[in-house]
Amino acid sequence: MNEKRKIRVATCSLAGCFGCHMSLLDIDEKLFDLLGVIEFDRTPFTDIKHCGPCDIGIVEGGVSNAENVHVLKEFRENCKVLVAIGACAITGGVPALRNNIDLWDCFQEVYLYEGGLEGNQIPNDPELPLPFDKVYPIYEVVKVDYFLPGCPPSADTIWKFLTDLIEGREPKLDYEMLHYD
Amino acid sequence: MEPHEFPHIEQQLAPVFERHGCEANQLLKILREVQEIFHFVPPAAITCVASHLGVPRTQVEGVAGFYFFLSLKSVGKYRLLFSDNVTDQMQGNPELMQYFCHKLWLEPGKVSEDNLLSVDSTSCTGMCDQGPAALVNGWPLTNLDRDRLDLIAELIHDKKPVCDWPSMLFEVKDNIRRAGTLLGEPFKPGAAIRATLDRGSAATLMEMEASGLRGRGGAGFSVARKWSLCRAAAGDHHYIVCNADEGEPGTFKDRVLLNSYADLICEGMTVGARIVGATQGFLYLRGEYRHLLKKLEEVLARRRATGLLGRSILGETGFDFDIEIHLGAGSYICGEESALIESLEGKRGRPRNRPPFPVTHGYLDQPTVVDNVETLACAARIALQGGEWFAAIGTTQSTGSKILSIAGDCARPGIYEYPFGITLHEILGDCGAEDPYAVQVSGPSGTLVSSKEFDRRISFEDLPTAGAFTVFKRGRDILQVVQNFAHFFAHESCGFCTPCRVGTQLQKKIVDKITHGHGTVYDLEELKHVGHIMQSMSHCGLGHTAANPVLDMLEKFPDAYEHKLKNFAFEPVFDLDGALETARNITGRDDAWAHLS
Repeated sequence: MNEKRKIRVATCSLAGCFGCHMSLLDIDEKLFDLLGVIEFDRTPFTDIKHCGPCDIGIVEGGVSNAENVHVLKEFRENCKVLVAIGACAITGGVPALRNNIDLWDCFQEVYLYEGGLEGNQIPNDPELPLPFDKVYPIYEVVKVDYFLPGCPPSADTIWKFLTDLIEGREPKLDYEMLHYD
Repeated sequence: MEPHEFPHIEQQLAPVFERHGCEANQLLKILREVQEIFHFVPPAAITCVASHLGVPRTQVEGVAGFYFFLSLKSVGKYRLLFSDNVTDQMQGNPELMQYFCHKLWLEPGKVSEDNLLSVDSTSCTGMCDQGPAALVNGWPLTNLDRDRLDLIAELIHDKKPVCDWPSMLFEVKDNIRRAGTLLGEPFKPGAAIRATLDRGSAATLMEMEASGLRGRGGAGFSVARKWSLCRAAAGDHHYIVCNADEGEPGTFKDRVLLNSYADLICEGMTVGARIVGATQGFLYLRGEYRHLLKKLEEVLARRRATGLLGRSILGETGFDFDIEIHLGAGSYICGEESALIESLEGKRGRPRNRPPFPVTHGYLDQPTVVDNVETLACAARIALQGGEWFAAIGTTQSTGSKILSIAGDCARPGIYEYPFGITLHEILGDCGAEDPYAVQVSGPSGTLVSSKEFDRRISFEDLPTAGAFTVFKRGRDILQVVQNFAHFFAHESCGFCTPCRVGTQLQKKIVDKITHGHGTVYDLEELKHVGHIMQSMSHCGLGHTAANPVLDMLEKFPDAYEHKLKNFAFEPVFDLDGALETARNITGRDDAWAHLS
């Protein structure tokens, strides 16, 4: 096993809450088993800033701004298999609640009516990611190979999904892992 | 007073309640009248109707929100709905609608500031042979052009009631171009009932069996079998329903039958009632055909007066049967028999789980026969002239004749009756189709046929049809045709089951994407995948067939979409840079990070 090349995995969170990442960490002691066969490229765990060639890319969160698109495209270009994890990546999720609110109203509410440290003004620094008119699911921007639903998917679901994928099986989740009531 | 406040709503609705009583199954009828009085269904009316019928408010709002001709928001005193069927589109309806909106400073889908009028589009109004067509407050306008729209704008400006508008605007022609045994031979009202009484019910059922008559609504189920199942089913009451919810875009033969052959239809229902033991019949008339309501009511009244309906029909003691007309409210799915029954019961038109089938558990859970208009007309002929006579026409598996509604790129659109087994070549020749390239047989839910297949035959064994026959000449953009159909199904899906509700939306989005030049090979695969799920997993026929136009196009008309595809594997669904425009405007940014290529 050790002689085999480790499978390289990258993860990121776009417009998400890191809940899916927390759920990934919730696989607890199995993390050791996992780290026996995989190694992490760009993830919030490694703090590597850019993604290199990988086998699996796991994306949490929807696409809310221009920066998200750059990250997502980087993942797509570098990862053989791209996985959308959690409700936000798959549908836009909670951040997409803003889709029914006019963007100008959002900006006014946050920066003009409430007042900021710099007086009432809308920030325009090029370093700030520019928001889209709406939050989009990631499959509308790049091709996505697998969708792992849940908010977040449970640790067991993630474990089952990853082990299937790593061992070269078509991932298959039982009903128990996909219902949430 | 605010336009939406109704302090006297209870008094206003009292006569409506008096007419329809307080049974919950009267809900749709009551809401139709509410819509006529207020030009929408105001919240106060919902509360009032709910307490009158003793049903939850949500149920009333659910029904009011389901039907297109009922609206929860004000649509103005005049509501002009342009038919967006593909034939109306080819005849220039989108441009006419734009012209009209421009002229009156209107935006489609929004009511004018003085709350006088709104303009929108609607699914096929069944006037494909005399389009472009529209509905004004539910009344059909035909042969529209700019002059007529100018006149209409004036009439609305003068606030003239629609009933006082010049009648030439509302002229609807039959356009019968080819009549066969069903349309061509004379028929004396009462003759088929007399023959049934003389022969006896069981023997008449045998004649139906011998005739081989199959349902004309598309599915082709044996009429004799349906009737005998219902006849044998136990129940307190039996019902017979005439399905005149002719919603399949491009179909208008039932309109002509109802307009000029109503006696034949009523007669078929009465014969059916005698055989299955029904005392009550319903004619479910699509909302778009309300202009026929008065005429049909008169036919019913005359038949009652002459002993052909009512108590002791033709003097036969115990043979009691009457027909009630139930007006639909703009919903394609109500053409599906179990959804139609739900609608008859005053509910949302949502297809039921089957089995049990309507023949045992239909209207009010009682044994019910639902037959197409044309089927019932055929049944009346068979009752009179016998099964053998009928079976001699057509082919072995498809007996009798079929009425086609022909429209699109042909010189003589209208109604054509042919014996089953006729080839598309012959039909295209008869209707004067110029350089035909494709034909949509049986509407969007049917089959898109290419010119290579014009030797195929109209019949249950080859090309089954509910009647629509839409011709496209060479040069027509088939992708645009299919896009029209994809939008139609996305609009008409009842939303009950996920494969259809989501599938029709995905299909619409992807076809739009290809049309706008953003499609890739990946999208074609996705269309096939979605289509397969819809066909295999949907709850009812709408979902099963809604992918047909797309799949037919992918298979037979590669020229229609291939040149539109991008070469690379994936293309975003939306314009990335365009979606940043709003934020660029708000922040005033134009730096490199504020753009995406």
